[in-house]
Amino acid sequence: MTSATSEKKRRGGWFREEFGNPERRLAYYMVLPAVLIIVIIAFFPIAYSVVLSVTDSTITGMGSFVGVENYVEMFKNPDFLEGLKNTVIFTVGSVALEFVIGLGVALAVNRAFRGRGLVRAAVLVPWAFPTVISAVMWRLMFQDPIGIINETANALGIISQPILSDATLLLIACILVDVWKTMPFMALLLLAGLQTIPGEVYEAARVDGANVMQRFFRITLPLLKGTILVAVLFRTLDAYRVYDLFWVLSSEQLESLSTFVFKSVRISQLLFAQGNAAAVFIFVTAFIIALIFIRIFGMQTGTEE
Amino acid sequence: MASAATTKGATSRGPLNMILFYVFLAFFVLVSMFPLLWVFRMSIVTKADLLTSPTVTLTAPPVVESYKTVFGNPDFIQALVNSVIVSGSTTVICLFFGSICAYAIARLRFRFKSPIMTLILAISFFPAVAIIAPLFIQFSAVGVIDTYWAMIIPDTVFALPLTIWILVAFFRELPADLEEAAKVDGATTIQAFRKVIVPLAAPGVFTTAILTFIFAWNEFLFANTFIFTAAHYPVTVAIPNFATVYTTDYGAQSAGAVVVTIPLVILVLIFQRRIVSGLTAGAVKG
Repeated sequence: MTSATSEKKRRGGWFREEFGNPERRLAYYMVLPAVLIIVIIAFFPIAYSVVLSVTDSTITGMGSFVGVENYVEMFKNPDFLEGLKNTVIFTVGSVALEFVIGLGVALAVNRAFRGRGLVRAAVLVPWAFPTVISAVMWRLMFQDPIGIINETANALGIISQPILSDATLLLIACILVDVWKTMPFMALLLLAGLQTIPGEVYEAARVDGANVMQRFFRITLPLLKGTILVAVLFRTLDAYRVYDLFWVLSSEQLESLSTFVFKSVRISQLLFAQGNAAAVFIFVTAFIIALIFIRIFGMQTGTEE
Repeated sequence: MASAATTKGATSRGPLNMILFYVFLAFFVLVSMFPLLWVFRMSIVTKADLLTSPTVTLTAPPVVESYKTVFGNPDFIQALVNSVIVSGSTTVICLFFGSICAYAIARLRFRFKSPIMTLILAISFFPAVAIIAPLFIQFSAVGVIDTYWAMIIPDTVFALPLTIWILVAFFRELPADLEEAAKVDGATTIQAFRKVIVPLAAPGVFTTAILTFIFAWNEFLFANTFIFTAAHYPVTVAIPNFATVYTTDYGAQSAGAVVVTIPLVILVLIFQRRIVSGLTAGAVKG
């Protein structure tokens, strides 16, 4: 990306070169519709959100400029802070569990065995469920008094009150449901990455006397780094915008950053401008998370072969 | 892919190791499938049995009462129809724009390919909730709020990166010499695309269609934000609302959830091999 820009400055004639060539011109015509759709429907509204967040606008009319007042109010709002706290705990908890368990499962099934098809189906079924439907299903199982999990946990003495009426238990339940739903998918991605590591590398290491732990930390992890970063970044940003699961599993009780935005701009429209500030906050922080992965961990985003 | 696994699997493992491995697999499959199986069980017992205890639920004789309840609800049928229309339209639009764009990225040379690909990819990391307020205002201004378009438009934008990403991976795998041959024979780039690439890429395009359809079928945030009329709800909004419609009729809620997931489970079981290859294409590059 950077090399393209510097080159552009050096050679003034790139525009003519790009658009004078019929094949290249055609290429631009072919990518233009998709790019335009994305820019108009996704990037333009973000700019609009930023504008709304520094005014006292309502859903019906544009307000006047108020500076950072909405952001200041937002950071004083206990609901927002609760949402922020829950989102961070949820993201860190679910992604960490999914990665550790997913890697374990991927390593375990990275071999030939009977019943691969069944396992693959078992991986894909939770993934293909709509999140809200899995939330409905788990809510039915957590439900007091008919839910099997609520009943079992009660009988074993793990919980003393119904799961669905306690904020901490609800957050734990959300993390576990998310692990159930997306850990298999994580395992699938990591397995595909593992299968690109040639078997000879392990053979050579074994001949050289490397033990299991050494092979894992010196070969598997470094060679799998690219896949791990893509999978973890993807899951982190996905967990960070959690909305469906919280909304349905907790019957609209448990707050996340996204449910805070939704409630502010869609339900209680008195907080419309503050909701936009929170929306911008989510966008900017998600962007920072992505940058951290790309810059600090050196994730490859290039698409060139 | 399979060969690497086979060589490793062939290294000697004891019988105990094998037993533990299969116990682990059985546990894994059971945990994955359990909610669907249990909720299915809940959907085929009477209200009274369901309310007694989970143990009774497990052993009660099966009845179809709950399915009669949900299929007797016109809003539920309508929601299924709405979801099919919205997901179907989204899939068709995404494939149209996505395949044209993906072909250019996979096959043609141009300067800004990498920034364009990054821009497209950025959308899949984009928190959709950040744009619901502006979109709400704009959709109201142009009069599409509370219509199918209020779901199809944003669904298309957020499904397009997935569509393009997977199609690029599939298009790159196709042999380039065939197109070259077509061009030597006097075909234009567009003709080469239509007559050579499209038929060859059909399996890949089909896989992409399934994934795009599942993505759109599962969408909830936009539908919940932009749709107010019950008659326009897709299933993802209608089913959670069953909790207020049927309150303690948990059997009906279970039946609704089961009916909505059945098409997906069938799709996944039939096309699992293709889906896995589609999902891992691009995500992992050797």
